[in-house]
Amino acid sequence: MSFLEIRDVHKRYGDFEVLKGVNLKVEQHQVVCLIGASGCGKSTLLRCINGLEAISAGEIRLEGDRITGPGVDLDRLRRKVGIVFQSFNLFPHMSVLQNVTLAPVQVLRMSRAEAEARAMELLRRIGLEAKAKAYPDQLSGGQQQRVAIVRALAMDPQLLLLDEITSALDPELVSEVLSLLRELAAEGMTMVLATHEMSFAREVASKVCFLYQGVVHEEGPPEQIFGNPQQERTRAFLSKIIEAGRL
Amino acid sequence: MNPVDPNRGRSSAPSIPKDPTPLALVALAVCGLVVLAAWWVLLGLERILERNQLGGTLLDAALVGVGLLPLLLLVPVLRSLRAAGQARAGLALKDLITARVKTAESREWAQYAIGYGAAVLLVFLGVQFLLANDGAVGATFFRLELIRSSFGLVLQAFWKNVWMFCVAEVFILVWGLVIAVARMIPGRAGQPIRFLATLYTDVFRGLPTIISIYLIALGLPLANVPVVRDWPPEWLAILALTISYGAYVAEVYRAGLDSIHPSQWSAARSLGLSFGQTLRFVIIPQAVRRIIPPLLNDFIALQKDTALVNVVGVIDGFNQAKIIASNKFNLSAVTTVALLFMLITIPQTRFVDRLLEQEKRRTRG
Ligand SMILES: Nc1ncnc2c1ncn2[C@@H]1O[C@H](COP(=O)(O)OP(=O)(O)OP(=O)(O)O)[C@@H](O)[C@H]1O
Ligand SMILES: [Mg+2]
Repeated sequence: MSFLEIRDVHKRYGDFEVLKGVNLKVEQHQVVCLIGASGCGKSTLLRCINGLEAISAGEIRLEGDRITGPGVDLDRLRRKVGIVFQSFNLFPHMSVLQNVTLAPVQVLRMSRAEAEARAMELLRRIGLEAKAKAYPDQLSGGQQQRVAIVRALAMDPQLLLLDEITSALDPELVSEVLSLLRELAAEGMTMVLATHEMSFAREVASKVCFLYQGVVHEEGPPEQIFGNPQQERTRAFLSKIIEAGRL
Repeated sequence: MNPVDPNRGRSSAPSIPKDPTPLALVALAVCGLVVLAAWWVLLGLERILERNQLGGTLLDAALVGVGLLPLLLLVPVLRSLRAAGQARAGLALKDLITARVKTAESREWAQYAIGYGAAVLLVFLGVQFLLANDGAVGATFFRLELIRSSFGLVLQAFWKNVWMFCVAEVFILVWGLVIAVARMIPGRAGQPIRFLATLYTDVFRGLPTIISIYLIALGLPLANVPVVRDWPPEWLAILALTISYGAYVAEVYRAGLDSIHPSQWSAARSLGLSFGQTLRFVIIPQAVRRIIPPLLNDFIALQKDTALVNVVGVIDGFNQAKIIASNKFNLSAVTTVALLFMLITIPQTRFVDRLLEQEKRRTRG
C-alpha cells in the first residue's frame, strides 16, 4: 500500500475531459514532480488530491483511506494535505503572523499563544521573523511564497502539494523558494509538485511524471526521464523545453 | 511619404528653440484683461452695495483688496518675460543649452499665468452673473433677510429628510443583503430564486426613483392594499426608497463579494477552513473594504433623493422651501435647503474619495 494512491482518476469540466484515467503512486518521503505542457491538467490533478475539485471517476487513497467520493470529510483531509498555489496565496488583509496562525487557531483549535510561538519558529527558519507584523503586499514575491509554504506547514501536513509556486516570480527570487523546498525534501517531507523548473526537478525529484493528454504518459526516476526518455512525446516535450533554455 | 534624407530629420543637429516672447505677451494680455474685468465687476458691486446702504470704508477697503489680487498674476508674467529675454540672449551667444532651458522656463511661467488668469476671470464672471439686472439675479437666490427669517422653518422640515434617509439606510442595508444572497444561491434549486432576484434588481435599477416613489407611495394606498394603506406618507416614502435603493445596494454587495479573487477561496478552504469560516475570516473582511465606498455613494444619492418625496405630499425641506418660495416670489429659501443638502453630502463625498484613494494606494503597494 502506497502513501498516496491515485487510481484511474477522471476529471471532466462539462464536456471537456481534462484527466482521462490518471494512475500514480507516491510513497512516504518521496518528492514527485509533475511536468507537462501548459493546460495538460497538472493543477487540476493537485486540486483533486486536495478535494478542491471533485473527481468524475476513479478514486484517490491516502494511507489506504479513500479521500474522494461521497461521505469524505474534506475539512479533515485538508488538515493532512497542504497546498500552495502559483499566486494569490496569502490573505492580503492579514499580517504574516495572522496568515500563519489563522488555520491552526480556527481549525485545530490551538491556543493563540501556542500557534504564534510555532508560527514564529517557522518564520525564523525562513529568516522572516522580522516580517511577522508586515502585510503581504510589503513582501517580495519570493518572501510571499515562502510564507505561503510556512502557512501550509503550520498545519503539520503529511503531504504538501505545490502548484508551480515559482512561475510567477522574478528569476532572482526563485532560488530562495527552491532552497526552502530542498530543505523540506531533505527533511523527508512528502511532496507532489507541478513545476516548470526542470533542473530543480532533476535535482530533488524521486520520481518525475510526464502528463500528456490526460494521463501519466511516462514516469520514472529523473535520470531516466531527463536523460533517456522512453516515449516519443516525452522527448518532444523535453526538446522544446531545452529550446526555451529551461533545462 | 517622402523618403527620409539620412542627413536630416531627427538625427540632425538639435533644433533652435522657438522664441517664447509671443506666449509671454499673450500671458501679459490675459493678465491685463483679468485686472480690467475685476475692476469692472467690483465697481458694479460697489454701486449696488451703496444703493442698498451697505457701503462703508471697511467694505470699500476689502473691495480694493480683492481688486488688487489679480495683480499677483504679474509675477509669473514678469518671470516669463525675463526668461524669454535670457533665452534670446543665449541664442545670440549661440549658447543653445541656456536658450532651451530659458525657453522652457519662460513657457512654463506664461502657461501658469494664463491658467490662473482664466480661473480668476471665471470667478469674476460668476460674480458678475449674480450682479446682473442691478443685482436682481443675486437677490432671487440670496436675499439675506428672507434666508434668515425662513431658516428655522426650512431646517425643521429638513430634519424630516435626515430622519427618512437614516431609517431608509438601515432597511436598505438589510434588504440589499437579502437580495444579494438570493442572487448568489447556488445550484439548480436556486435558479427560480436567482431569476426573481435578478428581475427585481433589473426592474428597480431601470426605473427612475421618482416614478418608483410615485407608484409605491401613491399607488399602494390607492389600491387599498391592506396594512400599507394606513401608513403615513413618510413611511410609504421610506418603503419606496428601500425597495428602489435595495436593488442598487444588492448589486454593490454582490460586486464586492465577487471581486475577491477565487484563489482566496481555494487558499482558505485548502487550509481546512469551513465555508462559513472562509466567508467570515477571509472573504467578507476583504469585501467590506471594497463595498463601503460604492455603498456610501449610493447612500449619498439616496439622501438627495429624499427631496423627491414631495411628489407624494410629504412636507420635507424642499417642499417647505418651495411653499415659502411661491409665497414670496423668491428662491432664497430653496437656496437654504440646497445649502443644507450640500452641507451633509459634500463631506461624505470627500470621505468616499479618501477611502478610494487609500484603497488604491493599498492595492498598488
Ligand atoms: N474550472 C474550470 N472549468 C473549465 N475548464 C477548466 C477549469 N479549470 C481548468 N480547466 C481546463 O482544464 C485544463 C487543465 O488545466 P490546468 O490548470 O490543470 O492545467 P495545467 O497543467 O496546470 O497548466 P499550466 O501549466 O498552464 O498551469 C485546461 O485546458 C483548462 O482550460
Ligand atoms: Mg497550473
